Amino acid sequence: MILLYSLIALGTLAVIFGLVLGYSSIRFKVESDPIVEQIDSVLPQTQCGQCGYPGCKPYAQAVADGDEINKCPPGGEATIQKIADLTGREVKPLDGGDNIKKVAYIREDECIGCTKCIQACPVDAIVGASKVMHTVIIDECTGCDLCVEPCPVDCIDMLPVKGKPETWKWQLQNIEIKQIS
Amino acid sequence: MSFKLASSPHTRKNNKTAFVMLTVMSACIPGILTQAYFFGFGVFIQLAICMSVALFTEYACLKWRNKPIKRSLTDNSALLTGLLLAVSIPPLAPWWIGAIGTLFAIALVKQAYGGLGQNIFNPAMAAYVLLLVSFPLSMTSWLPASSLMVIDLNFYDTLSTILTGYTSQGYSLEQLRSGIDGLTMATPLDAIKTNLLAGYTYNETLSLPIFDNGIGKGWFYVSLAYLVGGLYLLKKRIIKWQIPVSFIGTLGFLTLVTQAVNADGTGSMLLHLTSGATCFAAFFILTDPVSAATTNKGRLIYGALIGFLVFIIRQFGGYPDAVAFAVLLANMTVPLIDYYTQPKVFGHGDK
Amino acid sequence: MESLLEKIKAGVLWDFPGGVHPPQRKKLSNQTEISLLPLAEHYWVPVKQHIGAVNHILVASGDKVKKGQALTAFNDKMSVPVHAPTSGTIGKIEPHVSAHPSGIPALSIQIIADGLDEWCEISPKIHFRTLPKSDVIGFIQAAGVAGLGGAAFPTHVKQTPNQPCEILLINGVECEPYITSDDRVMREHADEVIHGIEVLAYILEPKLVVIAIEDNKPEAINAMEAACAGKANFVVRVLPTKYPAGGEKQIIQVITNMEVPKGKISADIGVVSQNVGTVYAIYKAIYLGEPLIDRVVTVTGENIETAGNYRLPIGTPIAHVLNHVKHDNQHNERVIMGGPMMGFTVLNKQVPVTKITNCLLIPTQQELPDAPPEQACIRCGECADACPASLLPQQLYWHSKAKEHDKAQAYNLFDCIECGACAFVCPSDIPLVQYYRQTKAEIREANEEKIKAEKAKERFETRNARLERDKQERLDKHKRSAELRKQSLNTDQSAQDKIAAAMARAKAKKAQKNSTNDITKTDQNAEPNTLENTTLENSAVEKNAVESNISQSNSPIKNKAQEAIARAKAKREAKLNNNASTEEQNTTAPPSHKVESDLDHSPNEPVEADPIKSKAQAAIARAKAKREAKLKNADATATNSQKASASDSASQKEAEPKPENQRAATLTHDSTIDSNNDEIASTVSPIKLKAQAAIARAKAKKAAKLAEESKPAAHSSAESDKTTLEPKTAADQTDEQVDEHLQTSTTNEPTEISEAMYQTELEIDPIKSKAQAAIARAKAKRQQKMAEQASVTQPENAKAEANIQFDAEAKSRAKAAIERAKARRDQANQLAHGGETGSSSITNTTTASSLDSESGNSEDENANQVKAAKVKAALAKAKAKRQKS
Repeated sequence: MILLYSLIALGTLAVIFGLVLGYSSIRFKVESDPIVEQIDSVLPQTQCGQCGYPGCKPYAQAVADGDEINKCPPGGEATIQKIADLTGREVKPLDGGDNIKKVAYIREDECIGCTKCIQACPVDAIVGASKVMHTVIIDECTGCDLCVEPCPVDCIDMLPVKGKPETWKWQLQNIEIKQIS
Repeated sequence: MSFKLASSPHTRKNNKTAFVMLTVMSACIPGILTQAYFFGFGVFIQLAICMSVALFTEYACLKWRNKPIKRSLTDNSALLTGLLLAVSIPPLAPWWIGAIGTLFAIALVKQAYGGLGQNIFNPAMAAYVLLLVSFPLSMTSWLPASSLMVIDLNFYDTLSTILTGYTSQGYSLEQLRSGIDGLTMATPLDAIKTNLLAGYTYNETLSLPIFDNGIGKGWFYVSLAYLVGGLYLLKKRIIKWQIPVSFIGTLGFLTLVTQAVNADGTGSMLLHLTSGATCFAAFFILTDPVSAATTNKGRLIYGALIGFLVFIIRQFGGYPDAVAFAVLLANMTVPLIDYYTQPKVFGHGDK
Repeated sequence: MESLLEKIKAGVLWDFPGGVHPPQRKKLSNQTEISLLPLAEHYWVPVKQHIGAVNHILVASGDKVKKGQALTAFNDKMSVPVHAPTSGTIGKIEPHVSAHPSGIPALSIQIIADGLDEWCEISPKIHFRTLPKSDVIGFIQAAGVAGLGGAAFPTHVKQTPNQPCEILLINGVECEPYITSDDRVMREHADEVIHGIEVLAYILEPKLVVIAIEDNKPEAINAMEAACAGKANFVVRVLPTKYPAGGEKQIIQVITNMEVPKGKISADIGVVSQNVGTVYAIYKAIYLGEPLIDRVVTVTGENIETAGNYRLPIGTPIAHVLNHVKHDNQHNERVIMGGPMMGFTVLNKQVPVTKITNCLLIPTQQELPDAPPEQACIRCGECADACPASLLPQQLYWHSKAKEHDKAQAYNLFDCIECGACAFVCPSDIPLVQYYRQTKAEIREANEEKIKAEKAKERFETRNARLERDKQERLDKHKRSAELRKQSLNTDQSAQDKIAAAMARAKAKKAQKNSTNDITKTDQNAEPNTLENTTLENSAVEKNAVESNISQSNSPIKNKAQEAIARAKAKREAKLNNNASTEEQNTTAPPSHKVESDLDHSPNEPVEADPIKSKAQAAIARAKAKREAKLKNADATATNSQKASASDSASQKEAEPKPENQRAATLTHDSTIDSNNDEIASTVSPIKLKAQAAIARAKAKKAAKLAEESKPAAHSSAESDKTTLEPKTAADQTDEQVDEHLQTSTTNEPTEISEAMYQTELEIDPIKSKAQAAIARAKAKRQQKMAEQASVTQPENAKAEANIQFDAEAKSRAKAAIERAKARRDQANQLAHGGETGSSSITNTTTASSLDSESGNSEDENANQVKAAKVKAALAKAKAKRQKS
């Protein structure tokens, strides 16, 4: 008998608590925070596609859906760390691609004015029109590499950005030392 | 020809970690000598055991962790930890007491947390607590002052006792500790605690042979010697004044108050300040930079907290001497203290 | 403030927290007077020697300059010009190793000295008090005076503070060890310094001028006190020697007990401070009219023989200095520009002396040993005691090391003045300042990247919005034009009559076609390909049903009806010369696709009384249907085409144009539109029909060739029929749409096509070649039609109705268009050269175009080439036409 009573008691308690929890989960439901927006805000916005997605927002969506967080070369380690903090996943080393900042450069002698690179640029960093010279606005270029492919005369190079004294990061051992008498 | 590149500043003050540690060790010497004078050669043997085990353990741990050995071994921090522990344990404690304690202190409390500078707890005190809790009998077998000892010990006897537990003539530690009347002698603090619990008043306790006009025989001078060493460190600016002053000040004030309120029920302020490890701790244990607070205001709070805890445990707790426990408890609060005692930065807000 | 001024005048001094006492070593260099060095052979003057913008260079290589001539302009409020340190010729103007710890080359002007050292025109302004203040400030700026204490802040900017200046503080503290340049200047040129102060006092009108000097310079103190004796409001204050008392914030705290608030400058609390060297330069600028072309530099260190202070022209290479002070070339020696606490090592001997060079320190190893290896932090707190800014260097170190940027900033990392006191006292030899500098640079970089990313995101979204807008506008435009056409149709009575007649004809024709369809079916059964037969039969039934359905409908398909009428006419004409096909594969495409629905309507042409005509029409209709079926069924149609070709050749005897029509019909992509348009476009003239036949033949060849290449592509890319079905359909749709689009727009919208192409480039690869073929064919067809002056009314209608969707297919279509153009060109070449045999030419062109498609750069084709190909094709057609007729 005691067994029966205890079972009934525990069972009733379980039912009551279950109902309370169920009601709470609906009544106090927390709207899922816009994790996609948050992830997108830490991505470097180069829209380069090196992660395999056509842009930074799709990759943010993919990360929220479960994709790996280490696919963004322009973002580098810092971005991986930030995404790891946001999503609670563990930090992984960067998966492919190097992290050197580059900008596109059009060799103007060879440009034929076909505007294909202009259409390819996701941030409209190339100035030009049909049959006139095209040139890259360096300040706007994110180094995404998408303009190199479409160019029919292959006149676009990706050049590393030169360092300036103001942006030097004090890597004393990285200064190349040449023998100048 | 291109030049070598370096980062400013290109000049440094000439105080190195190794030198700091060596200075601290040398400041302990008066205290050690006084201790040896009053309580026999045991302290030297303990020093030898602890320091050698410390070095060896540190070497083994560094090798295991693949860290640079020479640089870390020669910063004298292991030696200092060994010394502090050796001075804290009873002079005739068996050799394995010192060995286990030092092993624990170096390997677990220091290296397992990341090596020098990374440990949260004071290694010597953590080891002391381990030993006290694990081997209470051995850790409370303090000798009375040699003037009170019935059986004389020479160096060889001391060594034999430590290594084997018996003197060459076969006396055990218990027998060595017995006084003229056959009762085993305790430390002053221990005696006070026991007697107060048994119902005697403080003044009656003072009539015990271990007391000498209100102060513990032998212990008083040892404390003085450590005080001298500590003042030397202060003068050399190896340690800062905030911790010793706040610790001694808090403890002294609290014991003074209780003495004024209930002279018969507690030890006097002088006794408290000169018994046990008070002076030694104030200048050598609490000021361990790695585990103490770092901001100046924080140091004051830290010292005061330890003083308060020592007082509480001595008054109401079960152990006669409470410094080790108090230090460990305060170590845990150090990050919090540091966070809330940041100095006001130049240009931020009103002066 | 008044009470404060009283206190200062009374001599009250305060103190700053922290500070260290490094060995001063001033006696090495302050025993001798300031001396000069002989002229160097060349000087490198960096263009930017100040905090601020880079300037416009006034000289060019080869120009002759005089000493003191301005080399750069100053158009910006914050910028300061540089001047030639000696007379000579301008050499190179190029990046040259800079006086910066990184050594990154900065744009510099080389001046090759001519040895004459001639001054340019200088105009002293001794009577500056009669000039307006802004003019005096302008002269200071024109003279290139920047802060010579080490920061190179443009001096003229400091003279226009937001708040009125209460105290003018002259910084003669020189707290750093080894440096004695200000000391000697004060000793030897005290009066000039006072004159310079008077210029500043005239501009700023302070209530008090305080000259702060450390107590290790007794002679300088005496000299300055003597020089300003009797001047009201000029006081000399002696500070206890402590590093870094000479920092601007620290000296203000010592003299006035005020802290410069975070984020503000000293001028905001009423204090303007200038270095003694700067004041001396101001004197020279105003009283002597000389621009800033040299400065006093302490050259010191135990490694050199003649340590002392030298007045060095700006731009002197350090090599020149080293040669004259005789130093030992040690292995791995260092040359430090600045003092031992805050100076930086220079990269090599070519680095020039700049405005911020106050000292060149060449130490021996014993004097300033190399940094020992870093050890573990023992949390001793010495660094916090030494920090003059009351920071916690220990916490900053832990967080910098762990790269926790936000925590480091929470501990006020950017308040660090990088004085080096903390690293000086560290027992564990931790290079604390290096950690802070690195972390600051990383934080700055991260902030910049964030801003860049925001901008890029904005631009990306704007661009997407723009593309959407354009697309929407195009759709709207097409809708509008379609509606306009509809409206015009409704109002046009004659058109309605025609429609009625057309519908009657269509009915008749349908009856005719049904009979011919049966014939076709029988023929169909003769085909070995049972699969095709079945599908074709089914589709034939469907098609009939569709046709009947369509013929029933009226107004919604008026446009289609018009089109149908035109097509019917053309078919009739064609039928006059063609026999009914025996093996038309009567495939029907379900009218899902709008264009194909147009084509579906083509069989709805009014039935002619002429049985032959109707038969021909039926045949044509069947051919069309077959083509549409091929649009849906990649493999089937491909094989169909092959079989069709085979059967074509087999039944070639029957009717000349018929096989060609069939070929045209059986060939996949272009044939639908090709024959359709051709048929529509043609008039009743038999000649024209023949021409059309020739065109159809040519097209057939081309299409066959393309089918050849697309077949393998289809096979290779096809996993299942379905997958190829849809892409092929899509490709065909693309084909037609592109064609139509190409017809509407002449040459003005390649961008749209290209845009569409690129938007979807990634998705089309497996069927690229097919699509390319399709586009090429479409283009070729269009070109041919234009060459023959085909009327384009009906096609326009068809086009208008077609939903021109510029999606993935459009891009591939464009590509295919180019591809086709190429193919056509080759084909035209073949034809022009008389290579009429279908197979060989087709094979050749097939190979050529397959190569092209493989290379994937069909865009490489020049417009000229296309044009030439078109011309050639037109010629060939004409030729063929002539031959035929």
